[in-house]
Amino acid sequence: MSRASDSPADSQSAGTRLSRVIVLGVLLAAAWLLWSGYFKPLILMFGAFSCAIVLITAYRMHLFDSDVFELRFISRLFRFWAWLGNEVVRSSLEVTRIVLNPKLPIKPTVVEIDSHCEHPVDLTILGNSITLTPGTLTLSIDNRRFTVHALTENGARDIAGGEMDRRVRALRSG
Amino acid sequence: MDQGLINFVLDIISWILLTAGAFFVLVGGVGALRMPNLYTRMHAASVTDTMGAALVLGGMMVQAGLSLATIKLAAILLFLLITSPTSSYALAHAALLAGIKPDAGRAADPEGHA
Repeated sequence: MSRASDSPADSQSAGTRLSRVIVLGVLLAAAWLLWSGYFKPLILMFGAFSCAIVLITAYRMHLFDSDVFELRFISRLFRFWAWLGNEVVRSSLEVTRIVLNPKLPIKPTVVEIDSHCEHPVDLTILGNSITLTPGTLTLSIDNRRFTVHALTENGARDIAGGEMDRRVRALRSG
Repeated sequence: MDQGLINFVLDIISWILLTAGAFFVLVGGVGALRMPNLYTRMHAASVTDTMGAALVLGGMMVQAGLSLATIKLAAILLFLLITSPTSSYALAHAALLAGIKPDAGRAADPEGHA
């Protein structure tokens, strides 16, 4: 996909927007055919219906107005997932230790951080990554300000350190 | 190599993954019961969502071997890891808007006398 300017899409980019719709439609149809493996008319109708709903929803979310996914994003994404997976395992074990400890040593803490991400997609990835990691939970996102609930002070410190914010930011614009 | 031996080793690996996954699902359940309020309960439940789901699905992938089923299981895991924090956020944010205090400690918990 071509790199679009950051300005809101208007009439000049109607063509590129259409091409993005077509690319996503073809990808969705291919995914459906590969995963279903059935070629009966009824099932194919269901598939076309599902693809159409996804395309309409994505269009209404203005997903085609700007280029969210570039090719170099993919390799970075896998590196980010490896790091995030490691974090999830580490904090899962920590929460497990806390749950199984008879004294239940928790110290619920609320921490606020200002993210350096700007794009809604980046903010969504950051918010979901925080929530996915056991022990930290995104409570609200208000104009780049994250309110995060942490089970322990350790978890709150990790969030306040801002490493996850830095890594998410580097994901698409590093 | 002996085919039977390979299958035996794969079965062992799969059992270990499934048992470990079941352990983390159990921990999530125990934690959800032991924690004092809504937000801390959600922390415990997220262990089930991440480690539990990943290990159980990983064990099933080992059982399925190199087949279309494994790709489908990987897709299920990927979608779970994207949708479960999204719904957790919806729940936590709704609770915040409903006025449940996030800094409620163990003592200040209105529902902890279960």
